[in-house]
Amino acid sequence: MLYAAVAVRSFRRYSTYRAATLAGVFTNSVFGVIYSYAYLALWNQRPDAGGYSATDAVTYVWIGQALLMTTALWGGGTTDDLADRIRSGDVAIDLYRPVGLVGWYLAGDLGRAAYHVIARGVLPTVFGLLLFQIALPATPQAALGFAVSLTLAVVTSFGIRFMVACSAFWLLDQTGLRTLSGVLAIFLSGMTLPLVIFPEPLRSIALALPWASYLQTPADIWLGQRTGIEILEGLLVQAVWAAILLALCQAVLGAATRKVVVQGG
Amino acid sequence: MAEVSTRSTGARIRRAPQEYLWIARMWVRSSLAYPFSFWMLTVGGCLVTLLDFVGLALMFHSIPTLGGFSLREVALLYGVSGIGIGIGDLVIGSVEQVGVHVRTGTLDAMMTRPVPLLVQICADQFQLRRLGRITQAVAVFAYGAYAVGWTPSRVAVALVMLVSSCVIFFAFFVTFSCVQFWVGDSSQFANAFTYGGNTMTQYPMTIFPREVLKALTFVFPIAFVNWYPCLYLLERPDPFGMPSWFAFLSPVVAALTVLVAGLAWRAGIRHYTSTGS
Repeated sequence: MLYAAVAVRSFRRYSTYRAATLAGVFTNSVFGVIYSYAYLALWNQRPDAGGYSATDAVTYVWIGQALLMTTALWGGGTTDDLADRIRSGDVAIDLYRPVGLVGWYLAGDLGRAAYHVIARGVLPTVFGLLLFQIALPATPQAALGFAVSLTLAVVTSFGIRFMVACSAFWLLDQTGLRTLSGVLAIFLSGMTLPLVIFPEPLRSIALALPWASYLQTPADIWLGQRTGIEILEGLLVQAVWAAILLALCQAVLGAATRKVVVQGG
Repeated sequence: MAEVSTRSTGARIRRAPQEYLWIARMWVRSSLAYPFSFWMLTVGGCLVTLLDFVGLALMFHSIPTLGGFSLREVALLYGVSGIGIGIGDLVIGSVEQVGVHVRTGTLDAMMTRPVPLLVQICADQFQLRRLGRITQAVAVFAYGAYAVGWTPSRVAVALVMLVSSCVIFFAFFVTFSCVQFWVGDSSQFANAFTYGGNTMTQYPMTIFPREVLKALTFVFPIAFVNWYPCLYLLERPDPFGMPSWFAFLSPVVAALTVLVAGLAWRAGIRHYTSTGS
């Protein structure tokens, strides 16, 4: 299967940089410790804020650190390669491959995410487990639901990053939009602060947007805030957003290839 | 070349700011080649820290004080730390890329040029857009400044604190980037201390256990960026029982961190052997 092969190569490509990975794990752990203490200060005063216990809040911090790279919250991943190739004109080669561009890059990004969830996800979590009290999924459904939710999170994030990368067809340089998109993702995913403790109506708005899929939904499934049918509801919303975004990617790509002369031609 | 190499150290240091500005100006012109991206990045830089502060402010929606400090008091801490790292990042942040220069060999080319290496590396990729972030930090500082009953001595301590804060972040950027002379690809490691240090000092130290505060005072002295001087400005007794004169120690700590940065840089350059090719 072609896409599986692309994903496996991408996984191996990212796993080359061992020192960078270790340095990243260290950084994730440091930030995890800082945010854990900050949240503990809040939850010690309001032990039920957002329906979370203090343990839930600390667990949320470490899930966030684990998913930061996995869902490429700040941008990055294979879509950065695409933006570079659009700028240099190499994208012409991608376009005449007998494979869909979206599928090709998505497969690569899923391979990258698989590497990051192991290297940048599991390792800092072990560190967090040693220092703080962290809750593990209480039921097999929660564990399974989290895995599915995480995959949908990566696809959703990919959809947004792919469109940002495609802006390079018109702007040549994606970095400005990429930064803005990252800023929105950090705030609206619940990375800055869990969306559940946002004041209304900000809370409801943020929970309905695709960025909630990056962290809030997977975390709520992990923590058992969603159980039974609520898990399926959460996954359904994520799947709908992922499908809409992938369709938009295809549309943007279509518009780009029809209207834009590839650089360097 | 002979004229260049015989130039005295004093003359080299005097010329460094001028040389820095030449290189920086070139990069500013280069970044304006993509004006849309330039403005997006500037706005983005401002927004990212703005939303970061909004996140902090939203915490106060659930609680009246964080670690015993009000929102304005936390804003004061946040603003000082933000200004420090913002200016540090603007002026010297490119030093993070030293590992890339080692890997790609551009460090060799820089060594042959008659401009101090550190100046070249820090001015490389100079990004004016980082002003966006500084603007935001200044605004938050101004908001927090209302928590202080200003007197001449407090103004003096505040000014010394702001300068020391910048210098301490300068020094940390350089010191921790030097690790890349030994371990390439480790720029993220430095982030834990620079950006991590910034994040730690956005909160009152009272949220951390005593051992953490001690480490942030005596081992990795980031608490001197804002915590001790701000306790003086806010007329608060030290919650951890540290001596009150720590409030005036920031410039001394800043000088020490610069010394360590200088030693680390020299050691790094001595250790460096070109990849050859």
